[in-house]
Amino acid sequence: MQIGVLALQGAFREHIMMLEAIEVTAVAVRLPEQMSDLCGLIIPGGESTAIAKLMETYGFYDAISQQHGAGMAVWGTCAGAILIAKEVLDGIGGQRSLGLMDITVRRNAFGRQKDSFVADLDINHLPGEGFRGVFIRAPWIEWVGKGVDALAKHDGAIVAARQGDLLATSFHPELTGDPRIHRYFAQEVVAS
Amino acid sequence: MAENAKETGTLLVKTGLAEMLKGGVIMDVVNAEQAKIAEDAGAVAVMALERVPADIRASGGVARMADPTIVEQVVASVSIPVMAKCRIGHFVEAQILATLGVDYIDESEVLTPADEQYHVNKREVTVPFVCGARNLGEALRRIAEGASMIRTKGEPGTGNVVEAVRHMRTMTDDIAWVSGLRGEQLYDAAKKLQAPYELVKWVAENGKLPVVNFSAGGIATPADAALMMQLGCDGVFVGSGIFKSGVPSKRAKAIVEATTHFHDAEIVAKVSRNLGEAMVGINISDIPDAERMQERGW
Repeated sequence: MQIGVLALQGAFREHIMMLEAIEVTAVAVRLPEQMSDLCGLIIPGGESTAIAKLMETYGFYDAISQQHGAGMAVWGTCAGAILIAKEVLDGIGGQRSLGLMDITVRRNAFGRQKDSFVADLDINHLPGEGFRGVFIRAPWIEWVGKGVDALAKHDGAIVAARQGDLLATSFHPELTGDPRIHRYFAQEVVAS
Repeated sequence: MAENAKETGTLLVKTGLAEMLKGGVIMDVVNAEQAKIAEDAGAVAVMALERVPADIRASGGVARMADPTIVEQVVASVSIPVMAKCRIGHFVEAQILATLGVDYIDESEVLTPADEQYHVNKREVTVPFVCGARNLGEALRRIAEGASMIRTKGEPGTGNVVEAVRHMRTMTDDIAWVSGLRGEQLYDAAKKLQAPYELVKWVAENGKLPVVNFSAGGIATPADAALMMQLGCDGVFVGSGIFKSGVPSKRAKAIVEATTHFHDAEIVAKVSRNLGEAMVGINISDIPDAERMQERGW
């Protein structure tokens, strides 16, 4: 099983290290043609506007949509969750998303850096105790469509959701050293 | 489970934002209009200033924190993180910047130092700090004071990458040296580096700095950015290099692409074409010792 991590900008190295820790082959993806053998793709945290510009320039919008249509699972963390959403609120003018997942995501919903926080989360379908959620200028999932399963909430706001082979988290599991969500993605979401 | 218990301003939250900026370009801007150009070009953050380093250098005198109005206008104009500079040791400028909603404070040698012995106690502020360093000892002293991101200093406002290269290579060499030491040698290394033993030991065990390290001070072209990335930095600051060039928006976008594709010379070649005039630049030997910004900080 090969899982790619979109390596245009942001915390892609941490995702690669987490995948290697659970013995999944990780591929750093900088150009669309590097996605041909992947069964899953992680779009990491970073600045969604910067990642979106680079995706546009290098032809990732069509390529990711096509690969997803052909069976590639996709997980977006933070900026990645914004990029896979059908609708984005508080984006910059003309900010494009992939529109894969039937969710509405509000950018920087939890505030600026002074409001960034760590909190324990209860996440459905995850084995073991609570998960340490690291929220950095984080978005939240303001609305989910039918067929989207809200997996976790913080202060009433949805912060993790799944729709078939799509996963979105507004926090950063790659910064915690806890591989449970990476394992969930590899074993449950990709394998579905 | 106490779902509502949340902690702000923790080390993880402070270093976490720096992790998200990796592989990106942080651009100096002096007004809202430049900030929008930077955001549209794909900057991961902007540094709000009253004057870019090249102009600070040209005009001389005392350089201070920007007028809060400029910082607030930049904060209001973009959705990406905003950084702003305070003088070394000027903890009140830091307190002021924290109230303006900035996401990172740069305790910067580009401004005239306010204290020639002490830096700001950065642990006392919820907003994270980035600080300049020329070598491992300087970086670890700043981290001990609470910096959650480092940038190698280079020589700001010159458009000359030579000092940025020197400092990045020194950092890498220092880390390699410490990594090769035996346990008992680390106490002596801490003494030589004038840095806390625990941090020196961490670097020796992990072979890297405990926080993200960007490169700064003299980057003016896409090739400069790719050079610094290949030398091992996590991302780049471009100060005067963008808005002192002929066509800022085009150069900004090209530097962003070169920073992502730093290992791919064909892409760096492609984005380097027809960018218009680069900033003129200054030879380091033409700068009197007293005017070298990199010497500021202790």
